[in-house]
Amino acid sequence: MRLQYPSSIKIIRVPCTGKVDVLHILRAFEKGADGVYAVGCLEGSCQFNNGNIRARKRIEQAQKILDTVGVGGERVQMYNLSSGEGTHFAEFAVEMEERIQKLGPNPVKLNKKEKAA
Amino acid sequence: MIVADKKPIEEIIEDIKGCDKILILGCNECVTVCEAGGKKEVGILASALRMYFLNKGNEKKIDEITLERQCDHEYLEEIRDVSDQYDAIVSLACGVGVQFTAEKYLSMPVYPGVNTCFLGATEERGVWTERCQACGQCILSTTGGICPVSRCAKRILNGPCGGSSKGKCEINKEIECAWQLIIDRLNYLDRMDDYENVYEIKDWSTERAGGPRKVIREDVQV
Amino acid sequence: MNVKTPSKLEKILSSGQLAVTSECGPPRGSDPAEIIEKAELIKDHVDAINITDNQTSVTRLCSLAACIHLKLKGLEPVLQMVTRDRNRIAIQSDILGASSFDINNVLCLSGDHQSFGDCAPGQNVYDIDSIQLIQTVRHMRDEGKFLGGDDIKRSPEMFVGAAANPFADPFEIRVPRLAKKIAAGAEFIQTQCIYNLERFEEWMKLVCDRGLHEKVYILAGLTPMKSAGMARYMKNRVPGMDVPDEVVKRLSDTPKEKQAEEGIKICIESIQRLKEVEGISGFHIMAIEWEEKVPGIVEAAGLYPRPEV
Repeated sequence: MRLQYPSSIKIIRVPCTGKVDVLHILRAFEKGADGVYAVGCLEGSCQFNNGNIRARKRIEQAQKILDTVGVGGERVQMYNLSSGEGTHFAEFAVEMEERIQKLGPNPVKLNKKEKAA
Repeated sequence: MIVADKKPIEEIIEDIKGCDKILILGCNECVTVCEAGGKKEVGILASALRMYFLNKGNEKKIDEITLERQCDHEYLEEIRDVSDQYDAIVSLACGVGVQFTAEKYLSMPVYPGVNTCFLGATEERGVWTERCQACGQCILSTTGGICPVSRCAKRILNGPCGGSSKGKCEINKEIECAWQLIIDRLNYLDRMDDYENVYEIKDWSTERAGGPRKVIREDVQV
Repeated sequence: MNVKTPSKLEKILSSGQLAVTSECGPPRGSDPAEIIEKAELIKDHVDAINITDNQTSVTRLCSLAACIHLKLKGLEPVLQMVTRDRNRIAIQSDILGASSFDINNVLCLSGDHQSFGDCAPGQNVYDIDSIQLIQTVRHMRDEGKFLGGDDIKRSPEMFVGAAANPFADPFEIRVPRLAKKIAAGAEFIQTQCIYNLERFEEWMKLVCDRGLHEKVYILAGLTPMKSAGMARYMKNRVPGMDVPDEVVKRLSDTPKEKQAEEGIKICIESIQRLKEVEGISGFHIMAIEWEEKVPGIVEAAGLYPRPEV
């Protein structure tokens, strides 16, 4: 559709959001990501039955952990759409990017820089 | 298997906050199956802790190793060579593993990362229920394969009590009345006559009440 | 049947007359005055008074002490004993303690789980269950021995009872369960309170078909309703309780200020009806916190005066 979405977003393709583990999300933040979001199929339409449900639950778990460790659960999000909904994809990207801009950089990243300095 | 549940991370943070180099030690057996202390959970905990302490300006070295088991000498020996790199271990094994590890690595504290809950089975993904109290004298042959010691809240041997209601236990509607299950099974097996046998008073000396227990098998000792 | 103990309750039951018992709950403190007062209110209208044992796991003055107070006043107590709070040592010990005061009646129960009461984080014991407790008391009395095998010096002379609930789940073992308690040594039974007379009579029929009424004395339990609200509560919120719609309706059709009176009427009518049922040896009237109504019920049901033995 050749819609625009922010260039700050790095896309990692997976066969199903069900492949995403809590560990992947946490490691991303550990390595300095400012935000992580998963975009999966609409609930009820998962080709692998409930991969997107698993993903949602893992995102929720990650949110809790990130709140506890001082990174912030708002930095991680689950979105659902169908493969034809290109406009939504762009919308989610914009929404997420705006949110992360407001939240500022990942504190882990900042603290690492400080340490290095 | 032994069913355990993750400890709240706040407890673990409290335990290790005074340490600098921590090893998160997982176990590949029961706690992996109940998703509380296996390799994945070790990774999640370690990552979370690293971020937490970094954000507090108190960065720590937090490493991850998962052993096959922590209740056998041989597996615990595998970390002998690296153990001096740490000043604390957080073991995600069950209470057995935590203690056995502590016995082997006397120079540092070994903190538990999970709460060991019970002996049980996986009913479905994410749901584990208790089945055995390790009473030391199994009576399952007389109760149709259902254990009143572990599944009856009052461990009644001549049940049900007056609180059994619609097949559920008086303490919680989500808990099956063990005696209803036993009666149903006896019915199914056409052994309802067994119901009227009065169960004699149990010898509890083989369970916790009798003190810490030991099994010795001379035939396999070398 | 011959009497085996000095129990007044046993004497009355074995004489073939209908027995009447009631029950009182001890206070949540150390002043025995209240319980003695309640017992004195009903003493001429009942043959024996049950004292509950930390009922619903709410900590109270212990049944044993309250029974001793009653005994010292010349009353006939029934020691209710649950196995939730005591191991077999304490149980045997308490039985001897009761017997040392010539308390001659014990009702053997498992007891509500401690999660219902004020000490939910507490341990529970359940070293033995209610049926094994029946066996234990009988063993102490008849063999004169402790569970461990040693002889007892002056064995306890206890008339042993148990509870039965004809309305509890599962239904199909209600009679086998009674048979089991009898096989374990129960000599008298007090049932859970009855509102569904038909269903109770069905149970009694099955009991008599097996000849169990000849092996044990059955006292039908009754609790007068104070209000339609109480009837609804017991119907919907108390497990093992069968309150038919007609009973609730009868009470709710009555104007509020007359409901208590109607509840008592229902109780009296039930007694009258159950008197005619084969196998009934007496009545256990439970009017906790309403003990003052017991004398009236007993009199109106034609059960007064109580026989002398």
